[in-house]
Amino acid sequence: MVARSSQQVSEKRMKTALPARIKSVTVVMVAVGLLAGCATSGNPKDPIEGFNRAMFAFNEGLDSMIIKPVATGYDAVLPVPIRIGVTNFFSNIEDLFIGVNNLLQGKVPEAFSDLGRVAINITVGLLGVIDWASDAGLEKHEEDFGQTFGRWGVGNGAYVVIPVFGPRTARDTVGLVLDVAADPVANHKPVRTRDVALVLRVVNDRADLLPADKVVDEAALDKYSYMRDAYLQRRRNLIHDGNPPREIEADAEQADRPVTAEAETLDPRAEVVPVAPVLVAHTEPAEKK
Amino acid sequence: MKSLFTFFSALLIAVPALAQEVAPDVLVKTVTNEVLEIVRKDKEIQSGNTKKAIDLVEVKVLPHFNFTRMTQLAVARDWRQASAAQQKILTDEFHVLLVRTYAKALTEYKNQTIDFKPFVLKAGETDVRVRTEIKQAGAGKNIELDYYLEKSGAAWKVYDIEVGGISIVTNYRDSFASEVRNNGLDGLIKSLQTKNKSGEATSVKK
Repeated sequence: MVARSSQQVSEKRMKTALPARIKSVTVVMVAVGLLAGCATSGNPKDPIEGFNRAMFAFNEGLDSMIIKPVATGYDAVLPVPIRIGVTNFFSNIEDLFIGVNNLLQGKVPEAFSDLGRVAINITVGLLGVIDWASDAGLEKHEEDFGQTFGRWGVGNGAYVVIPVFGPRTARDTVGLVLDVAADPVANHKPVRTRDVALVLRVVNDRADLLPADKVVDEAALDKYSYMRDAYLQRRRNLIHDGNPPREIEADAEQADRPVTAEAETLDPRAEVVPVAPVLVAHTEPAEKK
Repeated sequence: MKSLFTFFSALLIAVPALAQEVAPDVLVKTVTNEVLEIVRKDKEIQSGNTKKAIDLVEVKVLPHFNFTRMTQLAVARDWRQASAAQQKILTDEFHVLLVRTYAKALTEYKNQTIDFKPFVLKAGETDVRVRTEIKQAGAGKNIELDYYLEKSGAAWKVYDIEVGGISIVTNYRDSFASEVRNNGLDGLIKSLQTKNKSGEATSVKK
């Protein structure tokens, strides 16, 4: 009896061992991250920098150990026309979702263009494998729920690096939850096809990004902050559909301006800097071009 | 004799006027096509010879860039606290970093084509954006590539480049600012120098 019950226990333990370990690793990581989070460099856009850096390191590790090698092999093995076909196939599914978001943002002509793309590509384009719609002049858009919220006037909130998914802002994290919930691929049944499709999409997307890797490595002094600032700029640009209000000139004038007594007493580095970006983050998305 | 004099003085006036006539979009188009033409033929650059790509960028592209302005935009508020000597070193080091990045991007060239968006120069404009788009020959999304140019004297100079909405100049702003906050301007100079040296070992000597 005793032997049997202990056997049962050990069996049970075996079953839960793996998830439990992952869980405890996650808990430790989060704890370390939060502790480290206390010592930030004081960037107001990135209040939990310590945590984010830990997550970034985790994601980089995951990428370099698993995702990137697989994507590299995938890219080397598949002929270019098939690679393009896979990209187009997922891109076509995505267009439906993009159309919905354009509609939610009140961009009706764009939404119809997106639905037109789906209609053309799913039929003439053989289930989306060939992108005839682009050739026909229907431009591909890029939209998601995070951008829709941004368009509605919701500010960025804090920058956060999410395990596996990567950089987001607080707003875009909420958007991500909805993106996943509304994702036709993630909702596909049967589950087995869905899983294959999800993996294929991740690998294919990563393979498309391979050339960018070396350039970022060349450019970045600190890869973490380079990726963070690139993400924030990119999102700002997307929310404004490629025409964000120019930030650069105001700052340049400030840099150009001769040092005056007033500027000296204000000490812009200590006072203005931490406030300004927050203001920008909260006021930028509302206006339309 | 008099008509000869008129002819020569007309020439003198005409030459600078011609130089002035290169519109920003024409400049971007000419330089882009010229550079890509060379890269397309050069197997060494395509197979990752960064040194050669850097030489190409230095000769063909750099004369049209305003590096002082770029560095000033990246260093932003801390720029005016820098001494003239510090500004000079910062500009030189930032120059090396950007050129190396640009050259690296060229070695990744794989038969993409560039689409030049319609551009109209309004009278009296001195600050413009010229929009282009990189069309992928293989898989992958198209990437917008925008050039910001400013008229300085007679010539247009590029002072910012945006790749998919990400400025390769102002993207450094926050990390530069935090470096200056922690280690001062000299700390920033030092980290730029270290970064540039680390690349030299593998790719180039300037």
